[in-house]
Parts: sequence; C-alpha cells; structure tokens
Amino acid sequence: MESAVRLDHNHELTVKDLPYIVTWREDRCKRCGRCTAVCPMHAIEPSVMVRREISSEDASPSPKVTRKTVVVVRQTTDIERYCTGCGSCTLVCPNDAIEPVFNPQHKFLFHKNPGGHPYRRGGRRNDPRESTLDHLKFTRISMLTDPALDAGRHEFRIRTYLGRILPPEEMPFRVKEGKLELMSGNSRFVPPVREIYPVMIGSMSVGALSPTMWEGLAMGVAYLNEVDRMPVVMASGEGGIPPRLLKSRFIKYFILQIASGYFGWDEIIRAIPDMADDPCAIEIKYGQGAKPGDGGLLMAEKVTKLISEIRGVPQGVDLPSPPTHQTKYSIEESVAKMIQAMSMAFGFRVPVFPKISGTRTARAVLNNLLRNPYAGGLSIDGEEGGTGAAYNVSLDKMGHPIASNIRDCYLDLARQGRQNELPLIAAGGVGKKGGLAANAAALIMLGASAVSVGKYMMQAAAGCFGDEMNRCNVCNIGKCPRGITTQDPRLYRRLDPEKVAERVVEVFRALDVELKKIFAPLGRSTELPIGMSDALCADDADIAQRLQIGYVC
Amino acid sequence: MCRLAAITSNEYLNPMECIGALETMHEGHDGSGMGLILKNLGGELAEFFDYPVLSGICSKDGLYTLEEYLFHAGFRLKHQWRPALKPVKGIKRRDHYFAKVYDYPEEYEDRSQEEKEELLLQTRLTLRRMGEENGSITVFSFYPDIVTIKEVGDPLQLGEFFGLTDSRLKAKIIFAQGRQNTNYDINLYACHPFFVQGFGSMTNGENTAFVPIREFLASRGFAGYSGYDSDSEVFTHILHYAVKKLGYPLHYYKDVITPLGEDDLARREDSEVLSLMRVALRPLCIDGPNVIIGFTPDGSCFMVHDAKKLRPGVVGGVRGRVGLVSEECGLESMVPERESAKGIFPMKYDMVIVSPGAQEVRVWNQLYGWTTIMN
Repeated sequence: MESAVRLDHNHELTVKDLPYIVTWREDRCKRCGRCTAVCPMHAIEPSVMVRREISSEDASPSPKVTRKTVVVVRQTTDIERYCTGCGSCTLVCPNDAIEPVFNPQHKFLFHKNPGGHPYRRGGRRNDPRESTLDHLKFTRISMLTDPALDAGRHEFRIRTYLGRILPPEEMPFRVKEGKLELMSGNSRFVPPVREIYPVMIGSMSVGALSPTMWEGLAMGVAYLNEVDRMPVVMASGEGGIPPRLLKSRFIKYFILQIASGYFGWDEIIRAIPDMADDPCAIEIKYGQGAKPGDGGLLMAEKVTKLISEIRGVPQGVDLPSPPTHQTKYSIEESVAKMIQAMSMAFGFRVPVFPKISGTRTARAVLNNLLRNPYAGGLSIDGEEGGTGAAYNVSLDKMGHPIASNIRDCYLDLARQGRQNELPLIAAGGVGKKGGLAANAAALIMLGASAVSVGKYMMQAAAGCFGDEMNRCNVCNIGKCPRGITTQDPRLYRRLDPEKVAERVVEVFRALDVELKKIFAPLGRSTELPIGMSDALCADDADIAQRLQIGYVC
Repeated sequence: MCRLAAITSNEYLNPMECIGALETMHEGHDGSGMGLILKNLGGELAEFFDYPVLSGICSKDGLYTLEEYLFHAGFRLKHQWRPALKPVKGIKRRDHYFAKVYDYPEEYEDRSQEEKEELLLQTRLTLRRMGEENGSITVFSFYPDIVTIKEVGDPLQLGEFFGLTDSRLKAKIIFAQGRQNTNYDINLYACHPFFVQGFGSMTNGENTAFVPIREFLASRGFAGYSGYDSDSEVFTHILHYAVKKLGYPLHYYKDVITPLGEDDLARREDSEVLSLMRVALRPLCIDGPNVIIGFTPDGSCFMVHDAKKLRPGVVGGVRGRVGLVSEECGLESMVPERESAKGIFPMKYDMVIVSPGAQEVRVWNQLYGWTTIMN
C-alpha cells in the first residue's frame, strides 16, 4: 500500500485546473523532444514513468508482473508554467502526437496570483463573443433606383485626412477675377493635414515588438506607399524608432508617439535638425484601450542594447511609464500646451493628436480639443484593444467599447457642425473575428475618419497565436513563440521580416478590395462614407437603438 | 429616374413649353408628381418683380390660418395669381393653389436685402411647420420674382388642370421636373425643383452620400438647410452654401461636389485653393449618378454631372433661347430651330453655364478651363 504522504497531493493543482490540457499520444510520439524544447512556458517536460503490467498467457490465470520504465511527455501543474495553449508543440511535432486542448472548466484565475502578484499578460480582452462591430451589417444596397458600382472596375478613392481641418468659412480664400486664390500675408493659419489610407497600423513600440517584427511592419508600410501608392501609415508606439529610420525620408510614413515615459524623445528631439522629412503626425498617448489608467510597461527582459539606445535608458531594467503624464493637470492647460509644444517642435508642419482610452468622458475630451485650434484629431482606443503587457483585470474589465464611443463623439460633432474638423480615429477590437474590412467600414460609417489596427496585424502578418480564449498571450514575458513580441534573438530569428512585410502588403491589398466590395454596392466611391449611418444596420435592436442606426432581422 | 426640362430665354415663355418637353420624355416619369419653378416672371406678375411671391397650396382652413399669420406679421397682399382650374380625370383637386404677391412689413422697408431674405425664409419655414401636421398648408417658395407649382399627376394633365395653356403666367426661366418617385411616399415637398433664397435646382439620379451631406448642411446654423424629403434637395443647398455663404464663383460648385483627384488637381492653376477646398468640403462631395440643372439669383442656369452619370443631359439652343434637359428629345421639343449637332453633352469634368437671357453658353472644364460655345 502506498504511504499516506505519497497520496496527499493537496498542495498541487490538477491539469483540470489549468486553461489548456495537453493531450499527448504515446503511440505516435517518437520522443524527439522538439515539443518540450519549443514550449515557451516549459509547461511540458520529458519525464520517465514506471509502468507495471500484469499479464497472463496460460489458459488458467497465472499472472506475471512486468515493470517498465518509459519516457513520456508530461504536463506540469505548476501555475507559473501553465500551458498557454499556444500550440507550438503541435507545430513542431513531426507525428501529430501532441496538442493543447482548451479546458472550459479551468480555474486559472483562482490560482494565477502567487506571491500576491495579480495575473499579467499580453493580448486583448478575453471575451470570445462577437463584438458590437460584428453585429453590424451594410443594408443599404443600391438596387435599380440607383445603380450599384462595379468594385472591380470603378475608380474608388479610399483616403482620409489626418489633422485639424478648418471650417470652410475660415479658409483664407478670396475671389480675384472670377477665381479663388489664397490670401497672402497675415492670413489665417492653415493647420497641416495629411491624406492617408483610412486604416493605419496602430501604436506598437520597438521594444514591445521584436526587431524582426517591427522591421517587417515598417518595410511593408514603405512598400505599400512607394510601390502600391497606398498611403498607409504606422504609429510607432512609445519609445522612439531606430535612429537611421528617424533621419530617413521614410519617416513620413510614421506617426511618432510620445507617452508618459517620454521614452525615445531625447533621440527624436536631437534628430529633428537632421530629419529628411517630417513624420506623418505626432500621437500623444494619454490612454490605451487595453489598460485604461495604466502606463506602458516594458519588462527588463526586453530592454536590450538596441532598445536601451533608442529609448536612452540603461539595459535590463523594467521600463514602466507612469499611468498619466506627470505634467498633466488639466486638459485646458497642460494638454493644450503639450499639443502646442509638439506642434512647435516640428514647425507647425505636423498634425498632433491625443490618443485616449475609450471612456464615457470621451465627449468631454473631444469638446475640449475642439476649442484647441492645434489639436489635429482624437484617437479613441476601445476596450478590445491589445497590449504587450497589462494586468488581466484591466484587460478584461476596464474600458469602453469603441462603437458607441465613436458614435457619440461623431454625433456630438455633427450637432455642432464640426464633424469634418477634428478627425476621429477608432481603435480597439477592429478585426477581432477576422472581419477587418467590415469592422473598419462600420466604424467609418458610425463616424470615424480613420481606423487603427494592431492586434489584427500581428495575427495576420506574423501568425500571432493569441486569441480571446487566452491562448498564448505571453507577450509580456519576452517568450513569444512566434518571435513577434520578444527581444530574445533565439526567438525573434524565427520571424522573417521579409515575410512579415509581404503579409502586410497582402493584408492591405486584400483589405482594399474588400472595402471596395463594401462601398460599391452602397454606391459610394468618391469619398470615404464617414457618418453614412443609413447604410448600417444592427441585428440586435438594443445595439441599433444605442448607435442610432436601423435594426434588421 | 426623373425627367428634367429647363429653358432660359430673353423673352417670356409659357410654362407649357417645358411641360411639352417633359411629355416627349414620358417613359421616364410615372406621374408621381410635377414641379415647376418660374423665374423672371412675366404676364400679370411682371410688374411685381420686386415683391416676394408666396407659392403654395392650402386647404380652406389652412388659407385662413396662413392669411391671418401673414397679416399679423405685417405682410400686405398686393396681388395674387390663382390658376383657372379645369377638372381633369385622375387629378385630385385641392382647395387652394396660389401665388400671392406681398409687400414687406413696414419696418422692413429700409432693411437690407439680407434681412429681407431672412424674413422671407423664416416666414416660409414657419408656415410650413404650421401646416405640416394636418397638411393644411404647403408652401414651396417665398421670394421675389419666383413662382413654384407642384402637384401629383402627369405633367401634361397637370398643365391642363392648372389651365397653363392659356394662362397669363409667363417667365423667362422655367424649370420643370416630371417625377419618377423613388422616395417611398409621394410627398409634394419631395418634388423637384427645390428652392432656397434665389437658388434653385432639380436632379435626376440618386445621391447615395445623402445622409452625411444632410448632416453637414443641417449643422451649418442656417435654417434654410432643412426639409430633405428628397435626397436631391441637398444639391440646391450645396449650391446656396458654396455661392452665397462661401462666396465662391459659380463654377466652383463643380469642384465642391465632384472634386478632382490628386493628380488632376495638381495641374490646376488654383491647385492650392482646390486642395484646401477638397479637404474642408469633404462632406459635400456627392456620389451619384446625378445630373443637376440649376439657376442662381442673377438668372444664370447650369448643368453639371458627376462621373457616374453615364447618360448625360444635354444643353442646346439658339442665342436668346437655350434648353437644359435630361433627354435630347426634350430639347427637340423646346428649341426645334437649334443646330442639333451643336448640343452640349457635359462630361465628367464639365459644367455648362448659360448666362442670363441665354446670351452666352460656356463650358467650364475642371481640367482645361473655359470654352465659349455660343455668344
């Protein structure tokens, strides 16, 4: 009989407590060890097991006992080494012998706080349901009374503007000999406006992303602009960008972000005199949809030599950005000053706009910005936005959905007749279920001037494993099995930047076709259908009522 | 799609000239309405060119309410034209059709034109609101030297119904539309041509960008940008906004509603202005297919298309008499003496502008500038 001590495993978890259970097929496994080597969490390990087999070969029972020691792959129940379900093991297994399976009965959140440290992770909100955006469809189909357009052959202009737009009444025009001309001299300041593709790559920092991932995205963006003539822009995230890029002509395809840690800005300020061109815009990050109220966080593991140089900090230390800008004490005062200071730094040639978390107070922010003639837009990041590192509670429970936030803001602008003056950029959960074009078009018709995507790009361009069943989502610990969010060369060398760039281009080309397939049947081609809410309906009456659009069933 | 016939002339014409043109395009309208705007009035209204004319339809009760309101607002009736109605099968007669000429309230005698126009606009909108709920009052325009007639029915039958053949109602500019209703309910307020403060236009086609344009116009803080029972009403209001509110020369209307693409724009001398205009007026960019025929307070008439209008309208005529129509057969009816080979079919970048009195026809091309076709 086994001793009581050996039977009592009361201090241990069972695999049934964990979110993913690794199913391993002994009969297929050839014990090559690839799965255990590749597992980023060390959740599986090679182990030995003693087997006691009882057999009888005679006509009457004559049991024989055989003892065997076998090599197995065993899943650990250590909560710090839980299986994330990433599936790297399946990917490398030559014999299809291993696979993590989601365990709906798990009690992961009951246990993932050893040492009193709450669960932190990357990714986005763990809510696998369809988002509000996925309940929207385009129902105003041009039929007979108004010819629909041919998405394949018609000329479409899918562009938007970033930057403060003067109301037509304030444009410094005068009529001379039957023609309009610009008034010279002390005429009205005309703020800078960029014409860009309405879907941009959202803020993901060098640091949060691996060098290969960031390089791939940047190359893809440059290709789209230079070869495909699609003015797609990309936001840098906090922490600056590589110095060589900063001084190159490609800088015009990038939106530089300044956030509460001001990381990277020493280098940027120093580079200004040597810049070959202006950046597309400056984004001042005040909030992030994935973790409202939290600042950025780059774990020490990710602060390598390159990152430390770009950010101007020592190597190997945690880089937390404060939850808020330390100088921010009022939107009227310090935010206005910050916008103006950034505008001034770039000679008032670059649009400057704040980014905030989705919030019920977004309209208050919006109306303050409206009164600031230098504010070049407002980016709102909804609750389903992604992040490289955040507390799980922030990710899962904090924030505001983007759909109603952007709709409220647009309608507020429209009531004041200023819907064309301050572009709204919508982000957070766009393309969560893969419907990037549909989600983006829906947001535009709800009133967004542009849409920003981050998580979708990682998933589509680099095969990010992360999903809303908490698969993988270990971006925060520098162990990304795809090499997307790590600074470990052994991991990021898995990612070929050329392939990422190719995928970025493919994604945007496909997106462009899909947007045309949406806009064409609506009869829209000449301008982006911003606020064309008559084209939208929801399949949920409450959503329809809240967004002030039609309901269909 | 609706059928459109407009004529501009240096002499007074009977509105039946346009209605006759609509009849030649009969296959394109379904009797769901006809709208007529007469500008630069002749006949019995000629001498009152300086006084505002209220055009509309009333029930008996509505007429009493309307007259009471106008009287108390200080307007004094100077003259009124009422059609000599003839019963026509299929046309449902309403109580009162009228074009009433008023004198301004005394306190407005020395007021500016702007103030007078504001008063007329507010009065029209108030009357519309007063009669909208029970349908007792329908008012189409309240402006000097303009008469508007609208009713449901076949244009030719309506011409007979209103007795327009032998009417003394004449004008130098006549706009007529035969409706092919695509706005669900038949509503007189949805019937073209539309009018605001001296600017009028009618359209055929659909405007799929209607909602964002409506939201932009309705939030300009100008009471006249309202109504919108038809998606085409925005074309009139964009015209008013661009020319009157923003002070742009008329041909920039084309650049507002169908701005050039970036490459084309760079070739224009005024490209800097156009770039800024395209950004600032982005919500007014239309998405058709549309042909728009319009007029401005000085009596200039124009025709313009968007790029999606595959079958253009046509402008043609002789000096002193020019027609602007959606189908060429209409032109044949209105100006048979013209050289048909010289008809102008405006294309993607064109805007045809006919000067007051039809003395000159010029084509404004967004890429190549002006061409004078007739002077």
